[in-house]
Amino acid sequence: MSPRTSGTVRAGQYAALLCYLAFLAFPFLWLISTAFKPARELGSLHPTWIPQDPTLDNFRQAFDEQPLLRAAANSLTAALCAALIAVVIATPMAYVTARHRGRLSTAATGWVVVSQAFPFVLVIIPLFLVLKYLHLINSLWGLILVYVVWSLPFALWMLAGYVRAVPPELEEAAAVDGAGKARILVSVTAPLLAPGIVATALFAFITAWNEFFFALVLLKTPENQTLPVVLTHFLGAEGVADLGPLAAAAFLATLPSLVLFAVIQRRITGGLTAGAVKN
Amino acid sequence: MTLATATVRSGRGAPRGGRGDGRRRDGRRRDGATWFLVLPALIPILILSVGPLLYGIALAFTDAQSGRTRSTQWVGVLNFQDLLHDTLFWDSFRIGLLWAVGVTVPQFVLALGLALLLNANLRMRWLARALAIIPWAMPEVVVGIMWRLVYNPDAGILNETVRDLGLGDGRDWLTGLATALPAVIVVGIWAGMPQTTVALLAGLQNTPHELHEAAALDGAGAWRRFRTVTWPAIRPVALAISALNFIWNFNSFALVYVLTSGGPGGRTRLPMLFAYEEAFRYGQFGYAAAMGCVMVAVISVLLALYLVGRLRGGEDA
Repeated sequence: MSPRTSGTVRAGQYAALLCYLAFLAFPFLWLISTAFKPARELGSLHPTWIPQDPTLDNFRQAFDEQPLLRAAANSLTAALCAALIAVVIATPMAYVTARHRGRLSTAATGWVVVSQAFPFVLVIIPLFLVLKYLHLINSLWGLILVYVVWSLPFALWMLAGYVRAVPPELEEAAAVDGAGKARILVSVTAPLLAPGIVATALFAFITAWNEFFFALVLLKTPENQTLPVVLTHFLGAEGVADLGPLAAAAFLATLPSLVLFAVIQRRITGGLTAGAVKN
Repeated sequence: MTLATATVRSGRGAPRGGRGDGRRRDGRRRDGATWFLVLPALIPILILSVGPLLYGIALAFTDAQSGRTRSTQWVGVLNFQDLLHDTLFWDSFRIGLLWAVGVTVPQFVLALGLALLLNANLRMRWLARALAIIPWAMPEVVVGIMWRLVYNPDAGILNETVRDLGLGDGRDWLTGLATALPAVIVVGIWAGMPQTTVALLAGLQNTPHELHEAAALDGAGAWRRFRTVTWPAIRPVALAISALNFIWNFNSFALVYVLTSGGPGGRTRLPMLFAYEEAFRYGQFGYAAAMGCVMVAVISVLLALYLVGRLRGGEDA
């Protein structure tokens, strides 16, 4: 890569990389460590990195204290529905914005940018009023609607990129062979787009699964609340005794996102870094 | 397209109209198809994104409150006049700017360093890449909880390390008046590094290798190579990602909500937290919407200044 890197520079690079690794990894390792520590160790004044007496009590206690399973089911429903709907309605629009340059495409791109800049508070109050009018406050469906719209900008942007990667010549060739527009979209374009669509759906799923602010405002009764909101209930009665279950629940809530992110990591970074995979 | 389709169409449309008519029909049909493809996304966007945004701006000029029976009145710029004299809000605004700059700048510097390392041929690169992504995948609430465990005065690893190094007894980082804001800023930096790193890495990988090698042959040192070859290539990405980071950070909510809820004594009460409390604890919808408008306005001005300044600076260089 960079020509003739001397030994000392190399050593310095490795040292710096190690510092980064430590900084990035240590909070997560500490979370895992705390999750497996018995209450006695958590109360001690000299906490250790590795639990001396690892236990699963914290996980048991976490499930006893808060309705984690129900919250996970709510999160799953909201994230799944939001991701599916978002992809289904975003793909055709992304196709249009990528293939036809025009006022509509410009407006769509402009909206994607502008929607990033507005603070949620300016959107959440009217949304709250609109959803209240539609009797969708405190309902998962209201939240799903919000998540769909909220994940659209990024979904459109990602999908438009994938559409551009499909050569228009393929579609033109199919047209010459006499295939209709709908037929071309379904049997030529869609299969080529499939991996991109899956990646976008997974990304939308992760953002919805992780989302907190809208869920906090829109869901009031515990039966409807999603995982991130329920997690904050552990913080309510603060005390040393709660640290273990808190860590355990937080660790569990992260697993789905981490696994899915590992699956699409290459695509996300690959999509953004175009050619990163080559070297 | 489209010799084939054109003949098919003109054949079909031949009896009645001339060619011009056929073409117009074709155009209209394509419009119809386009709308059919676009509407499913456009309608929700208009109803649940563009609409609420405009509605929100309009609310800022009313006395809307939650759960009130009397109908809402237009009050003109009254909310904004009140805001002008609301020292608590401006304190919060100042904290928000401190937080946004305090997070965005170190985040950028650290991410650039990491991206450069990841771009070099080092051995543990895959591990670093995988780890660098973790904060991105985590729910913000979990990030907040995790760092609360790190900062915990008794059972936290930070104080234990401080004690081990003989630097005193450690402290309660998140509730200390002096340490709370720096402590949450560190978390902000940690949480936002992945996106920045990935974006910068993308920029780096588009830098022409030949230029690098040529500069090295000419005897340019590492710093000069960075200044003259690498930086110009990644500058557009760097500008875009730092501007976006600034916006995201200024508008962030969940992290600080979980870490400190704005405490101690409002030392970490970001504008979003302030507006959230105003709207959903005290029910002052109109007033909170006005806060949102002010936030947007100030951010837009700052960003415009930043981008214009940077772009102009680039032309001189």
